[in-house]
Amino acid sequence: MNTVVAQLQRQFQDYIVSLYQQGFLDNQFTELRNLQDEGTPDFVSEVVSLFFDDCAKLINNMSRSLEQPENVDFKQVDSGVHQLKGSSSSVGARRVKNVCISFKECCDVHNREGCLRCLQQVDYEYKMLKTKLEDLFKLEQRILQAGGTIPQVDIK
Amino acid sequence: TESSQFHVLAVDDSLFDRKMIERLLQKSSCQVTTVDSGSKALEFLGLRESDDINDPNAPSTSPQTHQEVEINLIITDYCMPGMTGYDLLKKVKESAAFKSIPVVIMSSENVPARISRCLEEGAEEFFLKPVKLADLTKLKPHMMKTKLKKESEKLAKEENALLIPVIEEDSSVIEILPLSQELESEQHEPMLSSNKRKAMEEVISTDRSRPKYNDITTSV
Repeated sequence: MNTVVAQLQRQFQDYIVSLYQQGFLDNQFTELRNLQDEGTPDFVSEVVSLFFDDCAKLINNMSRSLEQPENVDFKQVDSGVHQLKGSSSSVGARRVKNVCISFKECCDVHNREGCLRCLQQVDYEYKMLKTKLEDLFKLEQRILQAGGTIPQVDIK
Repeated sequence: TESSQFHVLAVDDSLFDRKMIERLLQKSSCQVTTVDSGSKALEFLGLRESDDINDPNAPSTSPQTHQEVEINLIITDYCMPGMTGYDLLKKVKESAAFKSIPVVIMSSENVPARISRCLEEGAEEFFLKPVKLADLTKLKPHMMKTKLKKESEKLAKEENALLIPVIEEDSSVIEILPLSQELESEQHEPMLSSNKRKAMEEVISTDRSRPKYNDITTSV
């Protein structure tokens, strides 16, 4: 029983470290994990879920704004990027945040093509992160079900 | 007891950000109320947008709302549709009842002109998002200051009340009004500066001296 837990914990540790190393996550995600405690065991997954819902909604809205080449509402797009940048920053979604920085630059100069590329990229990145974090949370559940505790991971 | 916890009013139009700031504040041992707009914040405080007493159409603010809600700090997002955090800050600082409540502004954008404008208008701090747990430790002194002020004001009121004897109808006994015991719960707060602690002790000692007279036995 103990070795199963230890194995799962090792797996978890390796996985989460790899997410940081590959740039999917940054320190802010650590802050998020630190806010979670026994009283609020679902905080991270709830916040992350809210974030992904936001992503889907914002991307959808921006896509519509960018649809007609002659009639792009760059103000709307800018607002969407601003929100996305803010929440990705708060969650520690590093890659998503970085795309938003480029996205804002394209938006500022009214570059529709650039915006469309960024939109596609941000869509890809958030979905990728969503899958990764789903796997991470599944690992957490397996650890808990095996009677273990989720390791505190120190990312240097 | 409720009175020993700080109560923070958090204002942000984003559900995500409200969830974040709520958790951060709870983790800092604060009681939290979140609202999604500046106008809702004012409503919660008991302030109306148009404080026009002469307007027959404006619903009167129930005085009970004023007294029941004790807010030790308002933390608000800057960028909000309708009333911005800056507008809210101004309204709070213009209100006689609430201008002593410390206000903190949060923003995801680092705009120096914006920051100085807010600080000039009376904001205690300006936090860049994402707000961290470490940022919130800066808030304790601000909240402590107003809480202490309120407590000593309350005590001063009760002291004055004590000077007026209450004579019961069916007895000639002079009844001494009970003192508030709330101050005792303040002693556990380690953030008190030595000056504040001294001020607190001075206030307490004045009250303690009264009931003591009953117990004093002087030996000659």
